[in-house]
Amino acid sequence: MKAIKWVGKGVNGIGLVLVVLLFALPFLWMMSTSVKTLGETITFPPTWLPEVWMWENFTTAWNSGPFLKYFMNSIIVAVGILVFQFLTMIPAAYAFARYEFKGKGFFFALTMVTLMIPAQLIFLPVYLQMSSFGLLDTVWALILPFGSSAFGIFLLRQSFKQVPEELLEAARLDQASEWKIILRIMMPMSKPVLITFALFSFITHWNDYFWPLVMTTSDSARTLPLGIAKLKEVEGGVAWNILMAGNMILVVPILIVFFFAQRHIIRAFVYTGVK
Amino acid sequence: MWKTLRPYAMVAPAVLIFALFFIYPIFYMIYLSFFDWNFVSPTKDFVGVDNFTVLSGDSEFQKVMWNSLFYMLFTVTLTISLSLLLALWLNKKARIYGFIQGAVFSPHIISLVSVAMLWMWLMDTDHGLLNWALGLVGISPVQWLSSPDTALWSLVLVAVWKGVGFNALVFIAGLQSIPKDMYEAAALDESGPVRTFVKITLPMLSPTVFFLTIINMIGSFQVFESIAIMTQGGPINSTNTLVFYIYQYGFRFFKIGYASAAGVILLVLIAILTIVYFKLMERRVHYR
Repeated sequence: MKAIKWVGKGVNGIGLVLVVLLFALPFLWMMSTSVKTLGETITFPPTWLPEVWMWENFTTAWNSGPFLKYFMNSIIVAVGILVFQFLTMIPAAYAFARYEFKGKGFFFALTMVTLMIPAQLIFLPVYLQMSSFGLLDTVWALILPFGSSAFGIFLLRQSFKQVPEELLEAARLDQASEWKIILRIMMPMSKPVLITFALFSFITHWNDYFWPLVMTTSDSARTLPLGIAKLKEVEGGVAWNILMAGNMILVVPILIVFFFAQRHIIRAFVYTGVK
Repeated sequence: MWKTLRPYAMVAPAVLIFALFFIYPIFYMIYLSFFDWNFVSPTKDFVGVDNFTVLSGDSEFQKVMWNSLFYMLFTVTLTISLSLLLALWLNKKARIYGFIQGAVFSPHIISLVSVAMLWMWLMDTDHGLLNWALGLVGISPVQWLSSPDTALWSLVLVAVWKGVGFNALVFIAGLQSIPKDMYEAAALDESGPVRTFVKITLPMLSPTVFFLTIINMIGSFQVFESIAIMTQGGPINSTNTLVFYIYQYGFRFFKIGYASAAGVILLVLIAILTIVYFKLMERRVHYR
């Protein structure tokens, strides 16, 4: 009996290793390719550790386009969206959680409806709209449509609702303004939700390719994912080593953040999505 | 006075953004679908439902709809079933399982651009790692993305690889919310593992299964990046699906009305799925 148990454990262990490899190997292959010479990328049998470490691949990828511009645009867009989201979400969530007013149901329903409207559905009309505003090919076209988040308002409203009423009454007796109540009571008590949402939002927009592709026509407003996708369009076949080096620039920051904030990030993407 | 106005002022910025960039565009798209317009010309020609009749008779569009359906069907069933199996396996408290859950989840937070290019490299017919590995076990090279017979399957494979971790973790969250005493009662009845799964786990998990099925279906209709980067809809339109089709007609051929009509069809599909989802949620609330 004992032997059977051990065999079972062994099989389970091997299975688990295989599962991890299935998801990790492609990334390891990306890393491996990114530091190889072009010749070695097509050598068989493949080598996992390169014979010559081509660290230059990273500078080659970076220098093949205005990557500093792309990088700065990515930061501006991802951070800009986050700032706008906080500015619009916090007061809205507070009003939805704490006030009664005519039309509240209507405005809240309107907010929730947008949860079901993906960017891939409305890019064409929004493109025409941005064109008429004269905002095409600017970072504004990338920031403004995502300047608020129904998902975030929903999460924050839940969190604001849980703050006990007595706390607010005590604060109001002390003549605290509503502003102060939001800043001193609501925000600190909703810190986990705010962090969770910030991670979710930043990662989503850092990674986004679709919206910048549709809204920009020149390098002035383009972001990293677009710059990296462009590396593929070289004459005379793809240089996989350079391409993978470029992708490392996009992937590594996110993987590092994931390594340190794994629990927060998984909660941001999974648990909040379920409730 | 300020007290009555204050809530409106507080919701105004958010509501304005939603109205301007989400609600209004929906109506504008429906409006445009009745016109023939090339974006440059100052006038739009009203053509009624012509765009829709042309669409429904167009063999290319029929292919696109068929591809979208095929992609959706296989991506969703494979993702759901594999992630459920993974969840049942990985739902354990030990620390090592937490690490494995993290590894499985990691593709979900990586940009689709990188995932697409990485798999393009793995699926390279002549120099890709996949064909080399297949060669080791004596399987001749697969054409992956370059043959119309396998290209859509390859995209399904990538989507499943990227999505399984997220879905498995949602399932694990669902599994952990099943009350322990139900399992204890089953153990007292000497119910076997299969019976326990069919009688307790699956029914208790069914809301999660519905939730994931619907959001995966909606998500699969939005597929764009992997197509734009890996295949451009080819070879011979074998991977062209709805969003890429709309993108092509809007941005390459400048047939705005026609692209909007295809957009309206996507809108209807997503709306139906959303309504089904809410009906199911409502039922669930009633039963409680």
